[in-house]
Amino acid sequence: MSTQPLMIDASNLDKFYGKFQALKNINFSVAQGERVVICGPSGSGKSTLIRCFNGLENHNAGKLVVDGIEVYEGSPEIRKLRQEVGMVFQQFNLFPHLTVLENLTIGPIRVRKKSKQEAEENARTYLERVHIPEQADKYPSQLSGGQQQRVAIARSLCMETRIMLFDEPTSALDPEMINEVLEVMVDLAESGGMTMVCVTHEMGFARKVADKMVFMDEGEIIETAPPERFFTAPETERCQEFLQQILVH
Amino acid sequence: MDYALLAVLALLIGIVWFRIEGALNYKWRWEIIPNYIIRWHPEKETWVANLLLQGVITTIRVSLYASILALILGVILGVARCANNLAVRMLARTYLEVLRNIPPVVVIFIFFFFLSEQLVTAFNIEGWARTIARQEDNDVWEFFFGDMRRFPSLVSGVVVLALFESAFVGEIVRAGIQSVGKGQIEAAQSIGMSKPDQLRFIVLPQALKKVVPPMANQFISLIKDSSIISLISVQELTFKTVELVASTRAIFEAWITTAVFYFIICFSLSMLFRRLEKPSVISN
Repeated sequence: MSTQPLMIDASNLDKFYGKFQALKNINFSVAQGERVVICGPSGSGKSTLIRCFNGLENHNAGKLVVDGIEVYEGSPEIRKLRQEVGMVFQQFNLFPHLTVLENLTIGPIRVRKKSKQEAEENARTYLERVHIPEQADKYPSQLSGGQQQRVAIARSLCMETRIMLFDEPTSALDPEMINEVLEVMVDLAESGGMTMVCVTHEMGFARKVADKMVFMDEGEIIETAPPERFFTAPETERCQEFLQQILVH
Repeated sequence: MDYALLAVLALLIGIVWFRIEGALNYKWRWEIIPNYIIRWHPEKETWVANLLLQGVITTIRVSLYASILALILGVILGVARCANNLAVRMLARTYLEVLRNIPPVVVIFIFFFFLSEQLVTAFNIEGWARTIARQEDNDVWEFFFGDMRRFPSLVSGVVVLALFESAFVGEIVRAGIQSVGKGQIEAAQSIGMSKPDQLRFIVLPQALKKVVPPMANQFISLIKDSSIISLISVQELTFKTVELVASTRAIFEAWITTAVFYFIICFSLSMLFRRLEKPSVISN
């Protein structure tokens, strides 16, 4: 992977909420096509970090370059960047007043300026990829949580971005729906080509697809390791504790 | 308990009735009222609207146009209230607070004498309207705006009423915009939508859907408020009733009839809105 160009390159990032420091001196990079899983206890700054990557949060110090574009508060290029960085949220955030198909096509039509017909054809392909082609004309409220999250993934796919960010995509789901979403994500990861950064507690998923594991605690990156070593022989004590807690259950 | 209330109510009505009949020695002449609603025109040989019905029609016209204008202004105002730019926000806030803390009658006089007069003169609306009034085939104009010779006063009435109501519509729209979740905006941002697009396709459709009930209320109160513009000689229902009372002295009959007209218009609208609200609940 070292020969690939960097898609995300963060150096010395700090982020404050008032006096509280959410991110402390973060150094982090993701190469093109790399799949990174970030884990850690809640409140450790994982979500804040990946929200910085598409400018939903702004860091206060340090330098962040994503897909060759420097990200900072008020950057005029932020929209251009967001067109290349897809995001899947914990709470799905589908547009409730639009049908599934409209949810998928509004970005390509309004942002990518595609024709309605082209966008719809494309959207149907991606709906098939997430295994719900038959739900195209329903409203999000008529779908189950797992289906909604898969629509949200398809919505990001429709933008054909180079990077996909997943912010705890399965945390808000009922247990029986987690697998259907993970399956789709594994499929995406294994089809290759896409750079993925995923915040999740699903260690089975992480072990299966991650090229690199990142462990965060209290706003710092504590450990970065390939998954085999991360799961079998974590170096730091805090990481060991965390893994014990999460893997026991 | 219910019966006791009804009895008290009946007693009150009885007392009022007694006072009118006995003390005022009032002579009821209900029979003259229908003729003032609609009358037979002997020369044209058709039924034509008389004072009261003309008033009703003007009230509906004024309310309709003022509602549309107030909605447009109100949405702009509501969006401005949520703007990132401080100056824009302050401007909208000032407009709103000024209008909200002055009695409507005062607002209407101020707007009428300082603004509407200026506008009407500036755009030469009076001359333009007179030209149309003189034309032969002005049916379309008359259908939409009534007697074109009265067009300037109609415009003033509509503008004044719309400006006044837009402040309240603006507040409703603001509440609607703020009720749309932050996640919605973040999702729209994440697919790279521009700010105007986010507003147009994501925020406003959801916000406006949520504010249908208070908005409906506001439009009904606009119809009631429209009676105030009789003060600036817009010939709507209240104005016509004043005229009718002046010429016939049938005070109670005329005003009760007018009250019934207002009630029918407002009540049927509120029923209509109640029906319209139902489907929007389902699709959400």
